[in-house]
Amino acid sequence: MADTKGKIVAIYGNLVTAEVTGSVRQNAVAYCCRSRDGVKLKAEIIRLRNQYIDMQVFEATRGLQVGDEVEITSGLLSVTLGPGLLGQTYDGLQNPLPQLAEECGFFLKSGVYKDPLNKEVKWKFTPSKKVGDTVSAGDYLGSVPEGIFTHQIIVPPSFFGELTIEKIAKEGEYTIEEKIVTLKDSSGASHELGMSYEWPVKLPMKGYKDRLLPTEPLTTKQRIIDSFFPICKGGTYCIPGPFGAGKTVMQQITSRHAEVDVVIVAACGERAGEVVETLREFPELTDPKTGRPLMERTIIICNTSSMPVAAREASVYTGITLAEYYRLMGLDVLLLADSTSRWAQALREMSGRLEEIPGEEAFPAYLESVIASFYERAGLVELRSGEKGSVTVGGTVSPAGGNFEEPVTQATLKVVGAFHGLSRARADARRFPSMDPIESWSKYQGSISEDDVAFAKNILRSGNEVGQMMTVVGEEGVSIDDFILFLKSELLDRVYLQQNAFDDIDAACSLDRQKHTFSVLLEVLNHQFSYESKDAARTGFFQLQEAFLNWNLTEWESQAFKDQESKVKGLL
Amino acid sequence: MRKVYTKINSIAGNVVTLNADNVSYEDLAIVESGHGTSLAQVVKLNHDEVSLQVFQGTKGVSTGDKVRFLGHPMQVSFSENLLGRVFTGSGKPRDNKSDLQDNMIEIGGPSVNPSKRKIPENMIRTGIPMIDVFNTLVESQKLPIFSIPGEPYNELLARIALQAEADVIVFGGMGLKHDDYLNFRNTFEEGGVLHRSILFVHTAADPLVECLMVADMALAVAENFAVEKNMRVLVLLTDMTAFSDALKEIAITMEQIPSNRGYPGDLYSQLAMRYEKAVDFEGSGSVTTLAVTTMPGDDVTHPVPDNTGYITEGQFYLRNGWIEPFGSLSRLKQMVNGKTRDDHRDIMTACIQLYAKCKESREKQSMGFMMSAWDEKLLRYGERFEKEMMSLSVNLTLEEALDGCWKILSSIFEPQEVGISSKLVEKYWRSGE
Ligand SMILES: Nc1ncnc2c1ncn2[C@@H]1O[C@H](COP(=O)(O)OP(=O)(O)O)[C@@H](O)[C@H]1O
Ligand SMILES: [Mg+2]
Repeated sequence: MADTKGKIVAIYGNLVTAEVTGSVRQNAVAYCCRSRDGVKLKAEIIRLRNQYIDMQVFEATRGLQVGDEVEITSGLLSVTLGPGLLGQTYDGLQNPLPQLAEECGFFLKSGVYKDPLNKEVKWKFTPSKKVGDTVSAGDYLGSVPEGIFTHQIIVPPSFFGELTIEKIAKEGEYTIEEKIVTLKDSSGASHELGMSYEWPVKLPMKGYKDRLLPTEPLTTKQRIIDSFFPICKGGTYCIPGPFGAGKTVMQQITSRHAEVDVVIVAACGERAGEVVETLREFPELTDPKTGRPLMERTIIICNTSSMPVAAREASVYTGITLAEYYRLMGLDVLLLADSTSRWAQALREMSGRLEEIPGEEAFPAYLESVIASFYERAGLVELRSGEKGSVTVGGTVSPAGGNFEEPVTQATLKVVGAFHGLSRARADARRFPSMDPIESWSKYQGSISEDDVAFAKNILRSGNEVGQMMTVVGEEGVSIDDFILFLKSELLDRVYLQQNAFDDIDAACSLDRQKHTFSVLLEVLNHQFSYESKDAARTGFFQLQEAFLNWNLTEWESQAFKDQESKVKGLL
Repeated sequence: MRKVYTKINSIAGNVVTLNADNVSYEDLAIVESGHGTSLAQVVKLNHDEVSLQVFQGTKGVSTGDKVRFLGHPMQVSFSENLLGRVFTGSGKPRDNKSDLQDNMIEIGGPSVNPSKRKIPENMIRTGIPMIDVFNTLVESQKLPIFSIPGEPYNELLARIALQAEADVIVFGGMGLKHDDYLNFRNTFEEGGVLHRSILFVHTAADPLVECLMVADMALAVAENFAVEKNMRVLVLLTDMTAFSDALKEIAITMEQIPSNRGYPGDLYSQLAMRYEKAVDFEGSGSVTTLAVTTMPGDDVTHPVPDNTGYITEGQFYLRNGWIEPFGSLSRLKQMVNGKTRDDHRDIMTACIQLYAKCKESREKQSMGFMMSAWDEKLLRYGERFEKEMMSLSVNLTLEEALDGCWKILSSIFEPQEVGISSKLVEKYWRSGE
């Protein structure tokens, strides 16, 4: 399909309508050419009506005129895949932000689009197939080392059926654009491929053999998650919460400590400052697992709140596509999206301009299906190589007024495997992470015995009930046994569920340490205390709490750790 | 000379439509009517029909009035001549001094490239313990003061302005009562900061559209002082609820579908575009923004405070004449409070946790329950904490305030009751007090 041209006939916010002759494709990329200075603004076609197309423009439309030319491409909105993605910081359209800054300075500039991948760098390619081999989409052709990983060069999932290798490059150094392999398809046509190619962000990237049920826990080193509300590799979870409850901090610590291969951070429509922390700190932080800077396993996609609204939607899709790409190499990838509500709001803004019939709270009627198909792209898969790869998706939700009964939270809860609900009351009382241990849930099996967790949750629940009761009948109105139950639940909350994200040691609690601490805590929870008075009980529990908190601050398996452990046990 | 149009097709709300060509989106026009001239901005283009939002409103505009397009979007003059001056939301002098037309810059410009931001690292000391100890203000932070209408929010804003270190203060008044405007100007003058301040003022009596322009002009000027002159700029905006209400009114006349209590669906993005102008520029100056958000009916879930809270880096929650410990937050505090004093973080957490418990005891007390020895301690603690830390009349350095907290804790509690690590307790506990 040849590129088509059109002329702008209407402009309203970032919705631009053009009149075209010739064929156009839904969701194709178009460029609005600002006649004033010749700058071309990227846009996506979102509706076709007779000779008119409606486009969402990914830039400010200031300065465009009726009559300005529109160039319509045949390609859908796509990302560039290939070695060199790791460690990059992109905007929602995969524009590398540091390179953009080099060219444009402090401020973003409309219409400047840079190559997402460096085209000059040479990568050391080692073929793993030879001429004459037959391959299919998803098969490995060879690999290049990318930082700590073996980056597999894969037959792109856009190919169907069996292909024969006509030519394949020898071991050597190649740029991403040099052709390294020629494949012949069943119709006899030849395809020359380099190491990089484009993929339309809204199409899931298949090319694996099978989807499997997620069963292996993904360790985040957050006690409340791993022990109580676990997530799994290939699973999905959401973190709804009012502002200030700790959604972003939770995602930030997860992005640091999660035991996965690759982390993709999609900062979607929230504060730029928060991404800057990741951006500046990750190159300096070492990943304990690999001993390399954390940035080498991270990709940041950054389309923050004052950046063009239409690109927010693109940013989550860009993120998930990059995740799917690395999954095909047998890696475990975690995509963290903060916040999916901003993306939903972008959909709402556009839907309003298109004058579609609004649903609840003016969100478009298709909101639910859009959210569902996004989370569906997560998953554990068996690759053609027999290896496994996974994409885990964790999205924050920012409900209006902190009320979970709103369309985005509700639509998300229907499709995710775990719900980490943050509570305003806990955040106000500085009980961080402020995840509500009573309301939250997870459908996944964690690493700690289910019975023990159920027992602990039960103490939380009944202790909480005693606490509630005391607000009605006073402390004197409950029995000493109930009061001790209350103290036990408070202790469990304070020393285990709460975790200090800003303490070097407490910030990350390894699974082994969790298991160990939890077993000691269970002893306390099971212990029959006999106190003469409530005041004596309170004092006793304060001592336990202090001992436990100090224990949490010692280094795992150090002498101090062992000493403090004896102190804790000595109090029983 | 640009073409003059003399046929307006329709007039509704603040919007007029006419047929014109070669008009760019968001360009300005001048509408000349019998009542004077007004700026107007292109808000919609549809074939050859142009919709213009008229800044002064359309009262008295007639279909035969003259419309002239200026060929550029809204601009403001930027130079050091602005210092000490007061302007309207159209950028006209409000102080009977000369009109400034040199070095015009566009307002509402593009966003900062996130990779050119610096991690904020400088604490701004205010002498108010509820800020310095518990909700530390940081250079380049964007922070609203949430307040019910009767609270002394403008006084607090002005006090911070006078006490905070800043090279330039840019004030944006939106929907201000004229008296409030005069109060600010006088406070700045008496406090000796007027010569390094610039005021953009829209009063409740001024045209609605200018309310929106005030924020953008103030921020454009601030941004330029930071980037071009490497200055630390403090922007004060009051009241962002008036700003949001102006957005709402305009959206409704543009027949946009409201999303929540009449506010347009893009309220979040609109507010974010302004607040995100707060930046610490790498190798250059900074913009710090403090904004008042009055909360209708003391309701934080009202769309304006709610959307604001999701955008800003915390909030000061003004209530009962003080900054509430619950609901108030500085999200940037951890960037600076790790290097102030080693007890800063622990004191901050412990004092608030205990105050939360004190509130529970007060509730029990109010229901007539017996107070345990522990409750009694908490009650005593709450009283002293409110008087010695929370009251806005307190003016202490950070270090004095931290010492003050230890003093309160030591005189009421046993060390193990406060949940602070033994290491710090050993260092700071004041036994025998
Ligand atoms: N795990 C935690 N430990 C200590 N403080 C926390 C924790 N999580 C959040 N906070 C505090 O709460 C503030 C708000 O957290 P944030 O994640 O930005 O909230 P949200 O994204 O939900 O609006 C942080 O700036 C921090 O002060
Ligand atoms: Mg957040």
